[in-house]
Amino acid sequence: MKRGTDVASLRHEIRISAAPDKVWSIVTRPESISDWFPGIDSCTVDGDVRVIKTHLGLEMPERILTNDSIARRFAYQITAPLYRFHLGVIDVLEVGPEDSLCVYSTTAEPDTLALIIAGGTVGALEEIKRIAEAS
Amino acid sequence: MGRKILFITTDQQRYDTLGVNGGLLSRTPVLDKLAREGIRYERCQPTSVVCMPSRASMLTGQFPSTHGAWMNGVPLAIDAPSVAENLHDAGYATALIGKAHFEPFMDPFGRFAENSLASLGVPTIEQPWFDGRRGVHRGFDYLEFATHGVMGPLHYARWMIANHPEALGGFYQVVDAELNVNAAGGGDTGAPQVKFNDVERDWYHTDWVAERTMSWLEAQPDDRDWFCWMSFPDPHHPWDPPKSEIARVPWRDVDLPTNYPEKPSEREAIIDQKARHWRAWYDGRLVSNYEAPAKWVPATLTADQVREVNALNAVEVELIDEAIGRVMALIETKGWGDDVDVIFTTDHGEFQGDFGFLFKGPYHVDALMRLPLIWRPARSTKIAPSVVSAPVSLVSLAATFLSVAGQPVPSWSEGAALPQNDDDAIVHGHDATVTEWDSSLFGVDVHVRTVLTRQYLYSEYGPGTLHDGSEGELYDLVEDPLQRVNHFEDASYQSARATLHERLIAHEERPGERAVPGALMAPV
Repeated sequence: MKRGTDVASLRHEIRISAAPDKVWSIVTRPESISDWFPGIDSCTVDGDVRVIKTHLGLEMPERILTNDSIARRFAYQITAPLYRFHLGVIDVLEVGPEDSLCVYSTTAEPDTLALIIAGGTVGALEEIKRIAEAS
Repeated sequence: MGRKILFITTDQQRYDTLGVNGGLLSRTPVLDKLAREGIRYERCQPTSVVCMPSRASMLTGQFPSTHGAWMNGVPLAIDAPSVAENLHDAGYATALIGKAHFEPFMDPFGRFAENSLASLGVPTIEQPWFDGRRGVHRGFDYLEFATHGVMGPLHYARWMIANHPEALGGFYQVVDAELNVNAAGGGDTGAPQVKFNDVERDWYHTDWVAERTMSWLEAQPDDRDWFCWMSFPDPHHPWDPPKSEIARVPWRDVDLPTNYPEKPSEREAIIDQKARHWRAWYDGRLVSNYEAPAKWVPATLTADQVREVNALNAVEVELIDEAIGRVMALIETKGWGDDVDVIFTTDHGEFQGDFGFLFKGPYHVDALMRLPLIWRPARSTKIAPSVVSAPVSLVSLAATFLSVAGQPVPSWSEGAALPQNDDDAIVHGHDATVTEWDSSLFGVDVHVRTVLTRQYLYSEYGPGTLHDGSEGELYDLVEDPLQRVNHFEDASYQSARATLHERLIAHEERPGERAVPGALMAPV
């Protein structure tokens, strides 16, 4: 049971009063992450490589793994050396014509990093909801 | 003009580290003098034995189950009540200099104001307030932050990086490559979180906090009331005070703590009487919380390591005492001495070898729960010096500050103002205090509620990863002040246990609105 070197997987979700395609239109553009992820000020996208820059000036490289408009799934991997493994997945699920569930999953090793990144995804989901419901 | 308030906190400091409280290792003449001139509390308890919930209680006057920052890593809601907002409304200039920690440190995105403020280069920012207005961050006009090292985005780290980059490597690396609390050993004994630090004393965070406090005080007009929270990161680990100072307390001359049985079998027999997570941690089978190094096994702790940790801790306490002395001298020089209330305390304690442990966690015994608390009222009040033996709580601080300022205590405060003597304690019902623990981290859940009375220390463990809800600890503080004999299952204590259980039920059922428990955002 002793912890310290394990993988952790955390999931946050939010119900959004908007059509799934509208929610997906926010999530699917990799360059738009600075619009809805609090603390990410800017990013560059070159092919499947995205580099985000945080509010504190940290740069984190990521590799985009999946951007599937049919499944409405966006998956990416932070490739910064601190991470032995990372997988971030955003799923937009249809609940009704104007009703969506947005799920943001974070899996990482070491486990502490999963918690830190997943903490940020809580605010990201709230922003995605705000944007989707406002437009 | 009213009474000015200097609120001094340290981090993770035991009751018995002050000379006036019977401590023999550190020389603390400044705090001892404040205690003799004012009110010294012999039984002050935190609302939580970790930083964020406890500090949030100081600011809000609420228990963690009310303010919602229920464990480290859970931010206090930005619009939670804040005594600083009330003082600001009353015309006080308000500052917090040093360690705040109402918001998580591990924040690479800089989402929390505490972590982004230094980079913004402004003294405060506008935020929503509890009453729906907007105002300065949590009621503070001026903020400068520091924590235990020189990494990260806070003001002290940025100052060190900019001005003394050559000294950065002298500090202990608080977390390891996996961002867990570092277990690496150092010093002469290989004790965890110990390092000989070549940093010059003037550059160390204790002196920096005092210097920045004095700079802010110097700028205050004589006729302005102020509330200044001077918050030292020490003597919380790492134990890496400036190397130039460590000869003050040679570790080889340090006696072992009274509550450190040197013989392992004796230690283990005591631990085995307690709830099961004690022994699980001791043996390295379970680290229930983030605040202890994940890769450190308490059973490996040696007597010499206990000596060295306690020696370095004592050095850090002495440096704090001297820093407070410089601030007090400035206050006298400014001619404010008669009009300043000084309140000194800490957020929680530290094992420092008791029962064979270091650090902290869900272990509600005096090492972590009995805190130094001194209130030196403004001399102009002519409040008589006293020693209060009644149990009091840090939840009373907010109400105390407001009473000093002549302000009404708002309905959100769950604590009454601190008593000025034991008679006052009886009149105002200060006869028991409650400490809470809730944690849920990587599949390990622990829930504890503890009540302290004049005679008993009583804990109940709620259902969790290791506890089924039937375990507890009951110590008779009169017969067993070291809390070595657990009477929880002792038939002769069942009446006392029933009464104490009712106390905890009353706490759980206390009236008042609870905030929605906050989300866990980071390990700390």
